Amino acid sequence: MKTSLLVLTLAAAGFAQTPNAQNGKKLFERFGCYQCHQHEGQGAAATGPRLAPRPIPYANFTKYVRQPTGQMPPYTAKVVKDSDLADIYAFLQSRPEPPAVKDTPLLNQ
Amino acid sequence: MSRSNRRSFLKGAAAVGAAGLVPASKPAVAQEAGSARVSAPSAATRQAETGTPAVEVLTADRPGGDFMVDVLKSLGFEYVIANPGSSFRGLHESLINYGGNKNPEFITCCHEESSVAMAHGYSKIEGKPACVLAHGTVGLQHASMALYNAYCDRAPVYMIVGNSVDAASRRPGVEWDHSVQDAASMVRDFVKWDDLPASLQHFGESAVRAYKIAMTPPMMPVLLVADLDLQEDPHSEAWPRIPKLALARPPQGDSGSVAEVAKMLVDAENPVLIAGRVARTPAGIKALIELAETLQAPVIDQNDRMNFPSRHPLNQSSSRGLIAQADVIVGLELTDFWGTVNSFRDQLHKSSRRLTKQDAKLVSITTGDLYIKSNYQDFQRFPEVDVAIAADAEETLPALTEAVKKLLTADRKRAFQERGTKLAAAHQKALEAARVEASYAWDASPISTARLSAELWGQIKGKDWSLVSGAGGWPSRLWQFDQHHQHIGGSGGAGVGYGAPASLGAALANKKYGRLSVTIQNDGDLMYAPGVLWTSAHHKIPLLSVMHNNRAYHQEVMHIQRLANRHQRGIENAGIGTTLVDPNIDFAKVAQGMGIYAEGPILEAKNLGPAIKRALDVVAKGEPALVDVVTQPR
Repeated sequence: MKTSLLVLTLAAAGFAQTPNAQNGKKLFERFGCYQCHQHEGQGAAATGPRLAPRPIPYANFTKYVRQPTGQMPPYTAKVVKDSDLADIYAFLQSRPEPPAVKDTPLLNQ
Repeated sequence: MSRSNRRSFLKGAAAVGAAGLVPASKPAVAQEAGSARVSAPSAATRQAETGTPAVEVLTADRPGGDFMVDVLKSLGFEYVIANPGSSFRGLHESLINYGGNKNPEFITCCHEESSVAMAHGYSKIEGKPACVLAHGTVGLQHASMALYNAYCDRAPVYMIVGNSVDAASRRPGVEWDHSVQDAASMVRDFVKWDDLPASLQHFGESAVRAYKIAMTPPMMPVLLVADLDLQEDPHSEAWPRIPKLALARPPQGDSGSVAEVAKMLVDAENPVLIAGRVARTPAGIKALIELAETLQAPVIDQNDRMNFPSRHPLNQSSSRGLIAQADVIVGLELTDFWGTVNSFRDQLHKSSRRLTKQDAKLVSITTGDLYIKSNYQDFQRFPEVDVAIAADAEETLPALTEAVKKLLTADRKRAFQERGTKLAAAHQKALEAARVEASYAWDASPISTARLSAELWGQIKGKDWSLVSGAGGWPSRLWQFDQHHQHIGGSGGAGVGYGAPASLGAALANKKYGRLSVTIQNDGDLMYAPGVLWTSAHHKIPLLSVMHNNRAYHQEVMHIQRLANRHQRGIENAGIGTTLVDPNIDFAKVAQGMGIYAEGPILEAKNLGPAIKRALDVVAKGEPALVDVVTQPR
C-alpha cells in the first residue's frame, strides 16, 4: 500500500490530514517502536519483525498495534493517537528499498 | 605439625642452619612417596643446650605457598588470573618467584569479576580451567556474579581464595575486615564443591579433588580456601605427596535406553535433534554430524556451544517450525527443554502454549539430571519428557549413532535420503532469506547489526578465526562456523559484565595457537569493568573488539516499555535508567586511555570496513584493538 492509497483509506476513516512521514519518523522514535523493529523498521529476529518499506495493510497494522496477539506490548489510543499511527505508517512506507543481494558482495560470502 | 610448633621451628631453623632442612629447591612431585621427617630443636631447647641467646629469625625458606605452586603446576595450569590481595600474598609471592611466573603465569586483572569471567572464557576454548585467586571476602564478593555465570554455563573455573583463619595471627585492622569464618558460604549455592584445607597434605588432596570435580560433567566452578598461615609458614618436613589425578570419564547413556531412543529415531518421520551444550570438545561436533547424517535429521543449534556447522545442509536452526511438526525430539544438553517446546507470552495475563504435537515423543540426554541444587533457579521449568537419559550427550552420541545404524533398512535409508534432500533445500532457502533480511537498512546510520556482522565476516573469513563471544543474531545466520573454537556460546546466567572479560580469556587461550580472536562487544557490558582493556594491553593479548554500541541497556529499555504500555502511561520515560547517553561514551578514547589502538565512534556504514581493516592490522601484530561502532539496537 503506497501513501496515496493510505490517504484514501484514511479519508474513508474520517481523517482530514495527509499522513506526514517526517512526523512519523519522530513518532517511531518517541514511542519506542524502534526498540524492537529498529530505526528503519527493518526488524530483528529476536525482538520484532520487519515492518518497512512494505508494511502489512493499514487496517491490520492498527489492529495489531492496539491488540497484539504475540509478545508486542499493546499501544492503546491513550498512548498513541490514531493520527499518530497514520504518520508512523507513512514513515514505514517511505523507507528505501534495500540493495539487491546479488549486487552486494558482502551478502554473497 | 601444629601451628605453635611451626612457630617454634621458625626460630630454631636458623640456629640449626640450612643443612638441617630438606633442600628448598626440590619441588614436590606428584606420586612420589614422602621422605623422612626432619626434626629441629626449638629455640628454647637450643638455648638451654648451648647457652646461645635466641636471635629473632626474620627469614625463612620453604613457605607452604611453594608447595601450593607445585600442586598447581602438577595440575597443568597455564594461568593464574587475579587482582592482587594480601590474604593470598604468600601464594602470590611463591607463584612469581618459586614458580618462576610460568605455568602458571600471573595475569593481572583490575576486578575479580573480570578474573573469573576471563577464566570462564578461557575454559571454553582450552577445555580446562584457569586458576583464579581472590580475597576470601571482598574479592569473592566481587567475583560472585561471574562464578554464577560459569555455574549456569556449566564451565569449569578453579578458584582459590585467601583467608586468615587463626584470629590470633591476624594483623589488626584490615586483615580482620578481610577474614571470615566460612568464606565459601557466600557462593556455595553456585559452586560445585569447596573446601578449607587445614594442612598442606590436605591442600594437595583437596586441590586435586577440586580439579577432578570441576572437570566432571556437568562442569562447574570449584573453590578452595587457602589459609594465610598455611601459605606463609615455612615447612620443615618433606613436602606432602601430591595425589595422582585421573579425570572421571563422562557418563555414557545406558545401552538399553540408547537402543530405545535409536528405535524411536529410526521409526520417526520427522525427528528433530536440538543441541544445547553438546560439544564439550571438537569430538562433540563430529559425533552430532554423524548422527544427523545417518538419520538425515534436522539439527536446531541453540548456540550454547559450537555444536554443528552453520552451513551444513541439515542445520535448520532458523526453522523452529520443525518443532511443531516433529514426532520425535531429542534434546541434547538443553538449558531449557520446557522453553524449547513451549511458547510463553509475557502480557498482563501470562500464558503458555505447547508447541509440539500431543503425541510427539520427547527425549532428553543431559548431565543436568545428574547434579542439581535448590536455591538458584537456573534449572528452568520442569520438562515432561518420555525418555530421560542422565548422561553426557557428547559421550553418548557415538553409541546412539551405532545403535541407529544397526536398525537401518533399505526402506528407511531411502526415506532418510528424501528427507535430507528436502532439508538441504530448506537450508539454502533460509540462508538466502537471511541475506535478504540483512540487506534492509544496509546503509543506515546508526549502522545495522547485519551490516556490522557482514563487514566483519568479510575480513576474517579467510583466516583461522575465533568469535570469542556468542554467535547469536547475525553471525549465526551469515557466517560459516565449522570448528569448535569458532564460537564459545553465551554467559550462562545472563549476568551482564561477562562479555568483555570472557572474550579476553578466550583470546588468551587462542593466543598460543595463533588464532585471530574477535568479539562483538556490547557497550553496557564493557562498562561493568572496562579495566579488562588494560589487562589486554598489559599482557599483549591479541583481540579485536568491535563494539555493538547501541547506547543503552537495550533489553531493559524494552522491559520498561512493556510495563509502561501495559499501564498506558506512555513510554517517553523508558530511557530513564536504561540508556547510556548524555554524555555518549567515547569507547575509542576509553580504550586508548588503557593503551589500546582504537577507532570510533563509527557512524557511517561506509567507514566501517576500512576501520576494521586497520584494527586487524594491529591485532596481527599481537596486540588488542577496538573499533567503536554506533549501531541499531539489535
